[in-house]
Amino acid sequence: MIARLCMGFVALVVALGLTGCGERPQSLGGPSAAKRDAAPHTGGSASAFTQSGWKVGDANSWAQQLKARAQYGQNDHQRVVKP
Amino acid sequence: MARMKFICDAERCIECNGCVTACKNEHEVPWGVNRRRVVTLNDGLPGEKSISVACMHCSDAPCMAVCPVNCFYRTDEGVVLHDKDVCIGCGYCSYACPFGAPQFPGQGAFGVRGKMDKCTFCAGGPEANGSEAEFEKYGRNRLAEGKLPACAEMCSTKALLAGDGDVVADILRNRVVQRGKGAEVWGWGTAYGSRQAGQPVATPAAVPAKEGSTS
Repeated sequence: MIARLCMGFVALVVALGLTGCGERPQSLGGPSAAKRDAAPHTGGSASAFTQSGWKVGDANSWAQQLKARAQYGQNDHQRVVKP
Repeated sequence: MARMKFICDAERCIECNGCVTACKNEHEVPWGVNRRRVVTLNDGLPGEKSISVACMHCSDAPCMAVCPVNCFYRTDEGVVLHDKDVCIGCGYCSYACPFGAPQFPGQGAFGVRGKMDKCTFCAGGPEANGSEAEFEKYGRNRLAEGKLPACAEMCSTKALLAGDGDVVADILRNRVVQRGKGAEVWGWGTAYGSRQAGQPVATPAAVPAKEGSTS
């Protein structure tokens, strides 16, 4: 009986000791705790301010819109006619 | 997929602070917080250079690495954003950032830092696109409206370029070829690790041996 109690006690101490030795992952760049953000090509609720010339929800259309906007808005060496 | 980048052309920036004003107006940024600012080197001397600085949305962002609550995230477009509902205002990101981008509102008793605020590349934050909550916390979401950041679009000399990295790099490259000088894009190598911008690749072989080492 005493031997069993001793064994149980030892097992408990070992279990607690191993728990204490464990640690949570501390590596950098863990999963972000931020809420999920909607992609910009899905558009916003303020439709009055949405630029025309692209289709809301179409990622490719949105990317092309930004590329075209960057060209006619920022590239003054290569004048591009505003679509 | 577009990868959003900023480039400031030091040959063109005239320190007008139009980008700073445009940013503050567009997002109604509170007093004391400057998401963007213009830095001038050798101010008042012949050959002075100015650059407009904000968050560079780094490829390997140190702010993300040091944040103890992981409030940062990177969008598919390469924009580094954060969740103000998770931020605890500790300021670690401020110390880690090589560009001084993270800002802290000074309002509140005893100089409480408050939630961190920084440039969002006009991409808002983790609230519904274009919603009132997003505007209150992060400002306008121009990307969701099919527009580019207000600072770059307002730049009178087009010194500040923003948009898809391939597009803005092509625009700057064309300029440099045309004028025959001024290829330095300060901050580009630090933010994106480009060897072309003079940033060495961090490989073990490239790290010099410490003094006194036997190897």
